[in-house]
Amino acid sequence: MSNPGIPKQVEEILSTHRRGFLKTAGLLFIGFAAPNSPAADGPGPYPIVDPQKLDSWIVIHENNTATFYVGKTDPGQGTGTGFRQLMSDELDIAFDKTACIMGSTDITVDQVGAGGSSAMERDSWPMRRAAAEARRVLLEMASTRFGVPVDQLAVSEAVITVKAAPSKHLTYGELIGGKKFNVTLSGNNAASANGQARTKTIPELKYAGKPMHRDDIPGKVDGTAKWAVDVNLPGMVHARNVKPPYACARLTGIDESSVKNLPGFIKVMNKGNYVAVVCEREEQAINAARQLKTTWEKPATAPFPSSEDLFNYLRAAKPAVAATPALVGNPDTAFANAAKTIEAEYEIPFQGHTAFGPAHATADPSNGQMTIYSNDMKTYGMRRGIATFLGMPQDRVRVVYMQGSQGFGRTAAEDAASEAAWIAHELGKPVRMQWMRDEETAWDCKAPAFLVKLRAALDAQGNFAGYSYEARSCDYNHLGYNEPDTTLIAQLMGQRRARPSAGSAATPSDMYAIPHRKMSGEVFALAAIWETPIRTGNLRDPNGPQSAFASESFIDEVAAEVKADALEFRLKMLQAATSDDNGFRRARSIAVLKAAAQKYGWDSRPSGKPRGVGKILTGRGIAYTFRGQTMVAQIAEVEVNRETGHVWTKRLVCAHDCGFVVNPESLRTTVECGMLHGLSRALHEEVKFNTEKVTSVDWISHPTLRHADVPESIEIVMVNGDPNPNRPDLPLYGAGEACLKPTMAAVGNAIYDAIGIRIRRVPFRPERVLAALKAAGV
Amino acid sequence: MSRIALKVNGATHTVDIDPTTPLLYILRNDLGLQGPHFGCGLGQCGACTVIVNGAAVRSCILPTSAVRGEITTLEGLSSNGKLHPLQQAWIDEQAPQCGFCQNGQIMTAKVMLDKNPHPTDAQIRETMNNTLCRCMSYNRIQAAIKRAAKTVAA
Repeated sequence: MSNPGIPKQVEEILSTHRRGFLKTAGLLFIGFAAPNSPAADGPGPYPIVDPQKLDSWIVIHENNTATFYVGKTDPGQGTGTGFRQLMSDELDIAFDKTACIMGSTDITVDQVGAGGSSAMERDSWPMRRAAAEARRVLLEMASTRFGVPVDQLAVSEAVITVKAAPSKHLTYGELIGGKKFNVTLSGNNAASANGQARTKTIPELKYAGKPMHRDDIPGKVDGTAKWAVDVNLPGMVHARNVKPPYACARLTGIDESSVKNLPGFIKVMNKGNYVAVVCEREEQAINAARQLKTTWEKPATAPFPSSEDLFNYLRAAKPAVAATPALVGNPDTAFANAAKTIEAEYEIPFQGHTAFGPAHATADPSNGQMTIYSNDMKTYGMRRGIATFLGMPQDRVRVVYMQGSQGFGRTAAEDAASEAAWIAHELGKPVRMQWMRDEETAWDCKAPAFLVKLRAALDAQGNFAGYSYEARSCDYNHLGYNEPDTTLIAQLMGQRRARPSAGSAATPSDMYAIPHRKMSGEVFALAAIWETPIRTGNLRDPNGPQSAFASESFIDEVAAEVKADALEFRLKMLQAATSDDNGFRRARSIAVLKAAAQKYGWDSRPSGKPRGVGKILTGRGIAYTFRGQTMVAQIAEVEVNRETGHVWTKRLVCAHDCGFVVNPESLRTTVECGMLHGLSRALHEEVKFNTEKVTSVDWISHPTLRHADVPESIEIVMVNGDPNPNRPDLPLYGAGEACLKPTMAAVGNAIYDAIGIRIRRVPFRPERVLAALKAAGV
Repeated sequence: MSRIALKVNGATHTVDIDPTTPLLYILRNDLGLQGPHFGCGLGQCGACTVIVNGAAVRSCILPTSAVRGEITTLEGLSSNGKLHPLQQAWIDEQAPQCGFCQNGQIMTAKVMLDKNPHPTDAQIRETMNNTLCRCMSYNRIQAAIKRAAKTVAA
């Protein structure tokens, strides 16, 4: 089924509004609300949109189209189209007669925005309930108009017909077009919003469950999409940051004469260690920020070890936050009685978000308000954070959500908007801020480095009797969502919260029945936690890939040690218990492993096959894990060049179970791209630093996956659901994050199979693989 | 400052600018052509790619005064309201995730197909290898290029 994008009639509505909006905001081209949008688009203030009003969620237009307003953002995985599918189904309206507006804080309810793979699993439900309630209210209205009970009315594609007299019909537009529902929903927030109507069962859904083209794609390929980077307001000026040359550096001087005669120069902005330059034109600001002469004092002690010394530092350091291990059975006894003990340590370096488009935002202080144009995933948190940061009431700050470069967590801990807002507040002019590539790569927030020590106790029969997992995560002072005291500008201006975020260290997600287990995750700090470029934040399934790399590689090691097939070894441990949870995670773990193996054509044998004699060594590896209730098993097939150490993943197979799938087409692309993100982290990504600064500053020094790395074949099996996947209430679980969680382990296990050497550190760059081959005399 | 005439997507514009200004900022901020994006400013990622005289060029590092010949941007690919076969293939394959890089992917692929309407898989990988995507939509992009190549050839 194809959809040409936003339908013409809806586009006309948006255009009409666009013209109206022009007058109030002076904006050139943004369309994001319909004329009867739930909140006023005037000059402010902008009160919080009430989620307990049905009108906040749905507007029916006179031409019998509908606009949905939801508090989510979609950085490109198709959730917006998915919401339209579900809400069109519940409302009983043709999909192509609807549009979905997302994420702008003045016209949508606060559903937090994107994150945690929560779009379908959690946040689609209040949308569905609101749409179902709107349908119920429209039927009541038609019942009154016709003088016929509701049960004698039929509804299809936004037309209500009297069953006994089909010539009698009314469209939704005729019933309520241009008017408000004035219906109150129950609940006390967006998540609990509910009406009197019941939502539909899966068999009753018409669009949900079917592959649909995403509605945001046409504009992204023909150049008509409008992005947050495109905002161009009258009187707008351009700002660029001047970052400290070293971590924790103290500003000792600014020589403004170095830039004041440059063309277009307006002002140097400075407070504490925060420095930016403002110019009339963008290229002038870039030039002036480079030319500005500043002097800085280095910190007395090194803020961090070099990236080469990081894991030795973590081995020796004391935890910032101690944790009590989770215990199952009596692991100490199991290890004391073990016939054999296996130990290994895994290392995962800091890996960057390194967003393709550096941080950016435009802030407009007109009318005594502050309007932020941003691609932030969590616009509602951004509004709160910036209001507090500037000391403005929340209802005078709004965030207009626009498309942007990929999120994956970086745009939840965004920085440019706070900077643009502060400068705009100071100057009284609209300000566009954009980071440069070196700033983004060096100073963005990063996925924490992990050092994981694993031990296995095997009994005399080679059974896995005891398991110990100790993770050390370098994640102290983990960034929140645009918090007014942890964004980089706030830190540079001297903000220090008394109790920094404790961060976290993940433990494995598996259902293996190992009788005795001890698992702990402790958080460690670097010497500097403020004003440092090594800042940690949520990166797509925060900390899951690090933990899964260690745990699923180690399971593979143990399987190889006892000469067991890696798949059968896992299945045996899953089948060693019969108890399951209410999401059937045990049964579904088994199902995804079997589905992946079947798709791949898994050959049962111990891994670490005899090396070939040729230049190219081949192998296959499997890994499995879950995130929440979403189960994933993956198989990678690799070719390792023994002369260069280069690894090519020739084939990737994924079995993925996230319950009911709303849009199989967008899920498939999301899983495909997510796996390749995992592959990029397996093969390329590592943040490098010396003891003064981050030295990864561009795409050479922080490499990423490229076209030539793409597997010859990527196969995805959607294993939908629990032991009875046809149940009408089959849950929807999250997607978008689980798909990259096992990839690093699958690739590492495949490399072991190919070369017979276990490399316990990512990324598997050629020089590391080649060194391992040479050390083993291969 | 100097006056420079630029022919872009069939129209001629005259801008009065510092001639060393990279073309990207003139296209985006003066001419309102925002298909090309800023990604790195270093010529490493391809987000800013435009076509100048049939060659794929990184506009973030190209001084405007050095432009010789006609410029085509993403906005100029379609003709008479009809999408270029590459753009249609991008939709048919649902290629983008966030889409921020896709300008560079499409423009680089356009130049490749213009020169070589039947690229092999290896040629596609090689030609596209310096055009980056952080959503990792590469597999779809390669499929879309192959699809478009069939359309162009048909």
